[in-house]
Order: sequence, then structure tokens, then C-alpha cells
Amino acid sequence: MTDALDLFNSGVLTGEREGAVLPDRKLWESKKGGVVIIECPQRIPCNPCHTSCPTGAIRPFADINDTPKVDHSLCTGCTLCVASCPGLACFVIDLTFSEDKALFKLPYEMLPLPEKGQHVQCLNRTGECIAEGTVENVTQPKKDRTYVIHISAPKGIVSEFRTIRVVK
Amino acid sequence: MKTLSTEILVIGGGAAGLSAAAEAAAAGAKVLVAESDLHLGGQLVKQTHKFFGSKDEYAGTRGFKIADILLSEIDSCKENVEIHTNTTITGFYSEDGTFTAMRGEEKYFHIKAKKTIVATGAQERLIPFPNNDLPGVYGAGAVQTLMNVYGVVPGKRVLMVGAGNIGLIVSYQLMQAGVEVAAVVEAAPRVGGYWVHAAKIRRMGVPILLRHSIRKAVGDQVITGAYITALNDRFEPEGEETYVDCDVICIAVGLSPTTEILSQAGCKMMYVPQLCGLVARRDRTMKTSNPDFFTAGDASGIEEASAAMVEGRIAGLSAAADLGYPTEHGKLDEYWGRLQALRSGEAGARICQGLECVLVNRWEDVSDD
Amino acid sequence: MDEKSNPGVDRGTMDLIEEHPILDFPRGEKVSFFFDGREMEGYEGEPIAVALHANGIRVYRETAEMHRPRGFFCAIGKCSSCFMVVDGVPNVRTCITPLKPGMKVETQHGKGCVPEAEE
Repeated sequence: MTDALDLFNSGVLTGEREGAVLPDRKLWESKKGGVVIIECPQRIPCNPCHTSCPTGAIRPFADINDTPKVDHSLCTGCTLCVASCPGLACFVIDLTFSEDKALFKLPYEMLPLPEKGQHVQCLNRTGECIAEGTVENVTQPKKDRTYVIHISAPKGIVSEFRTIRVVK
Repeated sequence: MKTLSTEILVIGGGAAGLSAAAEAAAAGAKVLVAESDLHLGGQLVKQTHKFFGSKDEYAGTRGFKIADILLSEIDSCKENVEIHTNTTITGFYSEDGTFTAMRGEEKYFHIKAKKTIVATGAQERLIPFPNNDLPGVYGAGAVQTLMNVYGVVPGKRVLMVGAGNIGLIVSYQLMQAGVEVAAVVEAAPRVGGYWVHAAKIRRMGVPILLRHSIRKAVGDQVITGAYITALNDRFEPEGEETYVDCDVICIAVGLSPTTEILSQAGCKMMYVPQLCGLVARRDRTMKTSNPDFFTAGDASGIEEASAAMVEGRIAGLSAAADLGYPTEHGKLDEYWGRLQALRSGEAGARICQGLECVLVNRWEDVSDD
Repeated sequence: MDEKSNPGVDRGTMDLIEEHPILDFPRGEKVSFFFDGREMEGYEGEPIAVALHANGIRVYRETAEMHRPRGFFCAIGKCSSCFMVVDGVPNVRTCITPLKPGMKVETQHGKGCVPEAEE
């Protein structure tokens, strides 16, 4: 068995898959507010990403077990799906933030809660710290204690950075 | 000895039992719920994550909030529902149709019911390894009870054994409680639980070691560490043992249905590996071969709580209908539609296989052996 | 049991989750109880086994033949691991028996002795 398959089988996304398709790069670069990146490559009975989506960007499910399909052109980066997804598998990434930095809007259900302006560690899919980011905003879209943390971080880590570690 | 009488006895006040009670009480039946724990809600009250499924199964709502929703549903027809917590049903005597019940440790009484819904849930499995009996080796459900129900820190550093949904979810919950998870070991070549649950803890730096298992626990009076090892394709230990520093070893290697009462009631039982153990044969109404007994939830086969809630509703609806209470036409089909939807994913295929063995179309066709 | 096996004995603090990102813990009234003669604090209504765990107690009984330590395990009243002597009564499932003020909880050695019935 290959290392990549082992990694995937232990919960680490490797490459593009159904349910984890990246947006068209050109569209992505032009979208103010960002677009959703979903990493949900397994057929499981779940659809809150679609039912929470106010713009229809996350397409209706024919079968509730389908992996999500996204029309990125309709996505406004509102983060309602980020806060609704039971698997914490939705992330919004805004490439228009600045010349060299992207704005990442990531789900967060841990303590301590970071504050605006705080520096945090940017972790990749195996929990390694790959950069330092700055917290730009902390929101709670559904008022249910799933926070969405907005972090500015280098554009070079868009395909790697998926959660933060807050060091007090 | 005091005898309580009811139309429908629901044994177990968890996801399935509460759904059954809500459904039957709404139809007008008098229901008595017996729950061995100190409070209702079963496994639901321990879940901090938002549930999967669709809106009908409260998708997007955290487990412990779903318990509140079910309780308020029951509260809306409370004139029909009698709740007994800290009450264990200890046996059923078919000679005269009496249940023996125990409140606390010493108060005994009898219960008589026209119909009974067995929603007794499941119990944790344990795997053999040296010192697996030492304090510090805890079932995953017990760890959840400590930290999520009572807010007590279970330990400083935990080794999780098993990467099914429970092992993955409890690992995440441990981190929410501020406890370090040293690693998750899983004998299979892939995680058994939802991939997204695994991704959540991987990105927080928890190693999930596939084809690995625990070899032995270390400790004199209590756990102070563990040795883990890689497994080969035949699940035999291979290579060096690695020491893991930990004070809790959390066992999440699966559950077995709790079915003693069904056996005592003479229900036809069947060992179904896909449903994780001995379960009662049942028809589409969740009725067993004893027409006065229904089964639902993990007691009828280990599955997600979403399915347990729908099964509970089917059992509650059917038991009420059998007692002559009018129920909405087409509801049974609607519930089956929901179950089918929940079961048509990757994990559901195994459940469907199991159900094919255990589900009965016509009781007349089932032989007596 | 010594300090090594029961690290919390006599230290007077509880291992409680003070802050949680999702959950709040409504606790009962703080009460005192006794574990093998030592006074401890817990919350009324929580299971005895939980109160002991919060006080750092891990060993709840000792088996009859092999004298192996036993503690918390299933937390649903099914496995018998947490049997203790409570107010003189042995084999009490401490994981589902609520704590009351002044309770006398003792490590159970072996099968325990059933108290003689009062007339």
C-alpha cells in the first residue's frame, strides 16, 4: 500500500477527490469574500452544508449520502456552511485579501478562543505548524459556540493550512 | 411488593427510547420509561458534536441539544408519560408477564405492561491485553460520562484504542476538555468512523496509527503507560513495541447490543455480525416474534444515533397502533424512507446486509428452530 | 491505598473542567463525604464514582482472589468494576449511585460483607 493511501485512510486529504474539488483558480482569485473549499470525500448521510447555504452554491443532494458539489461562482464566502458542517470540513479562503496574503475562515470549537490581532500557529492536515497567521476577526455565525476564525496568512499555504493552534 | 401498570413500557431512556416514548405518547398511549442512569438522554447527552443526517434527524444540532429537544417533545404530552430514572429492569418473567425493577440499589418493585419496547442500547466491548483490568483502562462511554456529563477531567494523557466513530469523536472531545491525546491505534488499514471525524483530529496533530494495536498496559495499581505495536496483514504483532506515556487507555473497539430482556421474553434471537451481536428478529414495525415486544436502537443492532431515533419512532408508533390508538396513515413508510436514506451510504451497506438476515416479512414463514 | 495509586488523596483539589468550549456543567451543591475515613468534597447528586475520580481516587475495590485493583470502567452500572461499600452496604454500583452529604464510602476488599438485616 502506498504512503499516500495510508495517509488518506487515516484522515488526511491527499490530492483532489470527489467531495473535495478545488475551485477554478481564476474564479477563486477574483472572488472578494472568498469561496468555500470542502473536504468531504466519503459518502455519509449528511447535508447541512447544502441546507445552510443561502445562495445555492452548495448544490442540492439527490441522495443524502452524496458528497457535496459546489458551484463556486455562486459562493459569497459567507461561512454559514463553515459553522454548520458537523464534520468541520468546510473552509472559506479569500485570495483577494492582499498581495501576498490570503484570508482563511476556519471553524473552531476549542479553547482558548483567539482574539482579533493575535498571532496564531497555522497547522496543516497533520497538525504541523507551517506558518504564523494573524487573527483578523472572530465570528459566531450560528450563535452555537462553533466559531469561525478569520486568519490572514501567506498565500503559499492555501492548499495546506486547515486549522490553528492558539498559544497563550 | 408494589406493582406499577402501564400500557407501554419503554426500557431505556436514550435516543431510541425517548423517541419511542414521544411517538407513543403523542398517539395517546400511556407510557412508562425506565432508565437505569441518573438522568435521561443516554449517549445523546455526551455528544458535543453536531449530528449528521438530515433535518428530520436534527442534523447540525449537537447531540446533547437533541436530547433536550426529545425531552421537551415528551414534556408536551407529559400526562401520558411516567419517567423512572435510576431504575434498572432486572428481569422479565414470562409465566405471568411481570418485570422486576430496582430503583437505586435496594428498592424493588414490579411492572406490568401491555406492550414493551426494549431500547436498552449497548455495552462496550473490551479486548484482551495484559493489565487491561487496571484502573485507568476505561470504556469510551465512561470517559464521555466523566468529562461531558459531569465535567471531570478523565486524565492527563490518553491512548485511544479504536478509530471507529466513537474513538474518533471521543478523541476530539478529550481535546475540547483540554486533555492530550497521545495517539489513536486502529488494527484495520483504515479508520472505521467517518473520514471527516478523523480529519478533525489529524489536523490538530493527533497521530492515527493504522494497523496498530495495544500490546499491554503498564502500571502497578493504576495505568502509567502502554506498549503499542504494528500489526501485519494477519493482525499479528510485528516489529518492536513502542512505549506510550499515558494515564488513561480509552477503549473504543465497538459495542454489543444489550438484549437480555428480549431473550427472557422468548423473542427469536439471531447472531448477526454486521449488527455487532445477538439481536432480536423483527418485522418492519420493529415487532419481535413475541408480539408484545418491540426493539429499537442499538439493542436491535449497533448503528448511528440518527437511525436509533427513527427506529424508536417506528416502535413507539407500532406499539400504540397495536393498542388501538389511531396513528397517522403513511407514517411507517415515511420513517422507513428516512432509514433507507440514512443507510444508503458507505457505513449503511453493512447495516443493510445485517438487516437482510434479521428482518422478517411474515412471522408465519419463520420456523421455530 | 497509597499516594502513588490514588494521587488525589489528601491534596484537597478537584480535577474539574473549569472551562469548556461547548458545554456548561450545572453542578449540584458542594457537599462533603468520606472515603476510607478521609473527608472529601463532591457535588450532591453526581455519581459517587465521579466524585471520587475528581478527587484523584482511581482504585475503588480489590478483587477477592487475585487482589487486583479495580476502578471506574463502564459508567452505566453494568460491569461491576466500581463496586464499593457505601454506608456499610457492599457491592454498590458507585457509577450510578448519587452522592449524598456525609456518605461513608469505603474501598471494597473481596466480596464484602452483607450487613445483617435490622429487625
